Amino acid sequence: MTVESQQYSDKSMLSYLAPRVREIQPSGIRKFFDLASGNKDIITLGVGEPDFITPWHVREACVYSLERGYTSYTSNAGTPELREAIAEYLHNGFGLNYDPKDEILVTVGGSEAIDLALRALIEPGDEILVPAPCYISYSPISFIGGGVPVEIETYAKDNFKLKAEHLEAKISPKSKVLILNYPSNPTGGIMTYEDWLPIAKLVEKHDLIVISDEIYAELTYGSKHVSFASLPGMKDRTILVNGFSKAFAMTGWRMGYACGHPELIYAMLKIHQYTVMCAPVMGQVAALEALKNGLEEKDQMVESYNQRRRLIVQGLRDIGLSCHEPQGAFYAFPGIETTGLSSDEFAQRLLLEAKVAAVPGTAFGAGGEGYLRCSYATSVNQINEALDRMGKFVHKLKQG
Amino acid sequence: MKPLSELKLKVLDLLKEDARRSPALLATLLGVTEDEVSVAIAELEEDNVIVKYATVVNSGKLDDEKVTALIEVQITPERGRGFEAIAERVYLFPQVKSVYLMSGAYDLLVEVEGRTLKEVASFVSDKLSTLESVLSTKTHFILKKYKQDGIIFEDPEEDRRLMISP
Repeated sequence: MTVESQQYSDKSMLSYLAPRVREIQPSGIRKFFDLASGNKDIITLGVGEPDFITPWHVREACVYSLERGYTSYTSNAGTPELREAIAEYLHNGFGLNYDPKDEILVTVGGSEAIDLALRALIEPGDEILVPAPCYISYSPISFIGGGVPVEIETYAKDNFKLKAEHLEAKISPKSKVLILNYPSNPTGGIMTYEDWLPIAKLVEKHDLIVISDEIYAELTYGSKHVSFASLPGMKDRTILVNGFSKAFAMTGWRMGYACGHPELIYAMLKIHQYTVMCAPVMGQVAALEALKNGLEEKDQMVESYNQRRRLIVQGLRDIGLSCHEPQGAFYAFPGIETTGLSSDEFAQRLLLEAKVAAVPGTAFGAGGEGYLRCSYATSVNQINEALDRMGKFVHKLKQG
Repeated sequence: MKPLSELKLKVLDLLKEDARRSPALLATLLGVTEDEVSVAIAELEEDNVIVKYATVVNSGKLDDEKVTALIEVQITPERGRGFEAIAERVYLFPQVKSVYLMSGAYDLLVEVEGRTLKEVASFVSDKLSTLESVLSTKTHFILKKYKQDGIIFEDPEEDRRLMISP
């Protein structure tokens, strides 16, 4: 039994655990990871990360800094150079203005930033609003923090956009935080300026704080990403979370950042300094290089994703699966209801019978039933082969 | 010369990655019709932008490994025609795979391929060095090819990611 798959079977040890931790379920993705590993000849559409390796000049900058002996702590909030570069990048790319001195905090991945934000904001019993299907961590970390996650369903007919009426229906006097993730993992949905306006009104009306996870901000196809923080009056109400993982193919470096009102960032900094102290210096060196000299490669990667997006959406539709057109991130989210199988069954059988790994929509919470997350962050040849195998599998299912 | 359209540039990029991609696949990848792609390819071929569809071979994997040499050639340019005439003399030899006019310590860089070391050596001593305007040659034999045309031979950039991840 691996540590990762271990269930808490020893009753005496179980009694030591905090009830909240005992209660949370392992991620639905983890289950499929266990199923897939050990299987051979699998084509994977299950990967939530770029298939590109971090550009060489970024890796080289890190190696060079190690050779020169840069191995010490940095200031808690991150090196001043990196925070300045982040401020400049957000200004040039998204029209956002953050002061690198006290409005930007460099974190260990976007995940730490979200955790810090929630820990800084939540009191036991506070309700955390989360549009779903959504990234697997939001509800569990809200729950671990003592909050009550409340999922707001989004629908394929709306291109998985968050609708104000659906949000308002779930707002209660206990609602405190709204977590946004657009472009969305797993749906690929995006929000335009016009889509955001009624949401911003509600945020103001109900005095909510927003954690806006914009990790896929660079990966949009057609229209440019609109940061929630850029809406009138929303900057001070928003903790913007971003990072280097998706745009610069740097998932393993664990480099992220949070931006927001100095008082919120200061509160998050306090938790950050007592837990991780600072993000690793080598990661910060690499991140700085990515921002200074990596934007062109980023554009090339986005162009590749866009081509693959067209291929997979067309391919899934040709197979006979419904698939809304994802406008961001690198996931297609086809509907599999017509096959008569549940998402879980479909994904399991697809893995075992067709040797294609994808993640059932149910791993992403409410509204995920009937869907499958297919990542197109893989080569054209692999996507073609996966589509071919899926086509045969679906055909077989339909023939009964 | 007129700059190429965005579509043509993208078609070129995709074909440089893999020349066997069909017009149908290229059309899907680029979000245009198959006809548009076919017209673009036809024009690129007609305008000699696409010169040939070649295969990059990892020669280290072959038993009949050939010998390749890079030869630095110093020449006296010809009045009125500069380096063109001598370059043409050189590139017409079938043994010559490529010829570049260089800046720096020598004038032409000539890539020569032969079945044996002796064959390449004879070409240099009998054919190349004896040309009237050739002043000197310096021959470098290639011992091993690590990377060619952007392709690293020994490192098939395997996918190091987990099968499933968030």
